[in-house]
Amino acid sequence: MKEFKGRIVAPGTVCAPALVSHGGLNTLASFQKALQFGDKKATCGDQNNPDLYGKQMAGKALCLPRTIGSTTGGLVLYCACSMKRQPACMLFSEPIDSLAAAGAILADVWLDEVTMPVVDSLGEEFLNYVKDNMTITVKEDGTVVVED
Amino acid sequence: MNLTKEQQAILDGEKGDTLARVMKTLVRYGEIFGADAMVPVTGKYNHLVTSFGLKALKPVYELMDKLIESGHVSTQKFSADPRPLDPDVPSSFLQDFIFKNFMYSRQADYEKQLNELGLMEKDAFSCTCYMDEVGNTPAMGEVLSWSESSAVVYANSVLGARCNRNSGIIDLMGSVLGYVPYFGLLTDEGRKATWIVKIETTKKPEAQLLGSAIGMKVMEDVPYIVGLDKWLGGQLDDAAKTYLKDFGAATASNGAVGLYHVENITPEAVKQGESLVAEGAQVYVIDDAELERVYKSYPVIWKNKEATPKLCFMGCPHMSLNQLIDWTQKIDESLKQAGKSKVCIPTVFTAAPAVLKKFEETPYAATLKEAGVITSYICPLMYMNNPLSEKMPVITSSNKLRTYTSARYYTDAEILEQITKGGGK
Repeated sequence: MKEFKGRIVAPGTVCAPALVSHGGLNTLASFQKALQFGDKKATCGDQNNPDLYGKQMAGKALCLPRTIGSTTGGLVLYCACSMKRQPACMLFSEPIDSLAAAGAILADVWLDEVTMPVVDSLGEEFLNYVKDNMTITVKEDGTVVVED
Repeated sequence: MNLTKEQQAILDGEKGDTLARVMKTLVRYGEIFGADAMVPVTGKYNHLVTSFGLKALKPVYELMDKLIESGHVSTQKFSADPRPLDPDVPSSFLQDFIFKNFMYSRQADYEKQLNELGLMEKDAFSCTCYMDEVGNTPAMGEVLSWSESSAVVYANSVLGARCNRNSGIIDLMGSVLGYVPYFGLLTDEGRKATWIVKIETTKKPEAQLLGSAIGMKVMEDVPYIVGLDKWLGGQLDDAAKTYLKDFGAATASNGAVGLYHVENITPEAVKQGESLVAEGAQVYVIDDAELERVYKSYPVIWKNKEATPKLCFMGCPHMSLNQLIDWTQKIDESLKQAGKSKVCIPTVFTAAPAVLKKFEETPYAATLKEAGVITSYICPLMYMNNPLSEKMPVITSSNKLRTYTSARYYTDAEILEQITKGGGK
């Protein structure tokens, strides 16, 4: 078990299995098909991301360095939250980028019934340590606990 | 965040819940990046990335309805990214059916919403809204609330305007409110270069390849590029602007660049020179070998890597008028050399509706049509971003299209060879 402390971008607590992307998450490429074709598991559709392609993102603790790609990124994330196909939480090793921040904040401000805790600046060691399916607990103060 | 009395009143709900949420969104967005104030948007027009009535984005349309119903539409007129559909672009019966009935079934409704929110005019759909023909060209120093990565990087770098890499919806909220949070590329400090990129190639580097190399290296940082001016003729003329349009789009999509400076070319670099470079800036040297390495690193994700291309897309971002003319001349000459009259791969050139209109007034339009090339206002990305199109072997010289879709990248010279002589690699 290991604990990491980050900055809270969107508040909340959650416990979920980890899903790890070592490269940047292309939000549009990853979510578009799932949103378009009613895939409640939000299977990742980004063929350029070998860590995530074909894996379920909904309900997972998505661990990543940052998001990349189109400036539709924030609204795509907002849509995933609104349609309840979002990850359980998003945990960034780096300081959050403007597109992911927009999606997280839009969901937090405009969707009263949806929670997706977002924590950033967890550090490079966090992404080196965490592996798929480890149990992640996000606490109120931005502490992230990773258990084997 | 230090808000003015008026801004605080909006945040406190004195102008209704919807506008309070808009303010709360932008204040929180700014605070994440260390903004301590909201500053007025001073550009005449906004630009939005969302131009498509994609069924999957229903929550976005519901949010826009809330803005319209509460009377909080954009305080500026705006342009938007290209339309996703054009009947002139080749597509199968199945693609047509899926596009119209499933993917973009909300297109007409969404365009109606855009009109209510403040669209500049009915055909103001292009990612190159900054072209003279389109008329959304901000001036140096103006503060914007734009999205669309290729437009933001052009506005910041080539025009000297000030804009962060905003997401869709955040873009609109900035012009609904009339303020944006002051951070990042809006500040003098945020516009300093933390990379010096030295161009040491033996020939003019391919714009899309050079942009890709720099984007992948510096990611979201600001590069100061030296040694490129000699390949651009030493001035910011139409040809240089076209080069920088394609170059910038590649830096923004292959990385996340929102601003670059080119020594002796871009306005801030001309005015401030090396004082734009931050202390301790890293150095990246680009020579012929480095560009070759980057080109060879691109994955080809076609199932059959030897497949004959079924379509060629040029114009992501949309082509400029001089680019359309230049390509027409090159295709005409190459076809004559090959003893052919028409291109041998279905080819689509995309540009803003206003640019296409201007092109139609030139004699080159007929030449291009005779060569079998289709011109369109479509967004190639929107055409490609679906399971049917991604199975098609599509070629392009756009590094943005390569990055986001299954389209395969070739240099301009290779594309010309393939479409006019069938000389595949």
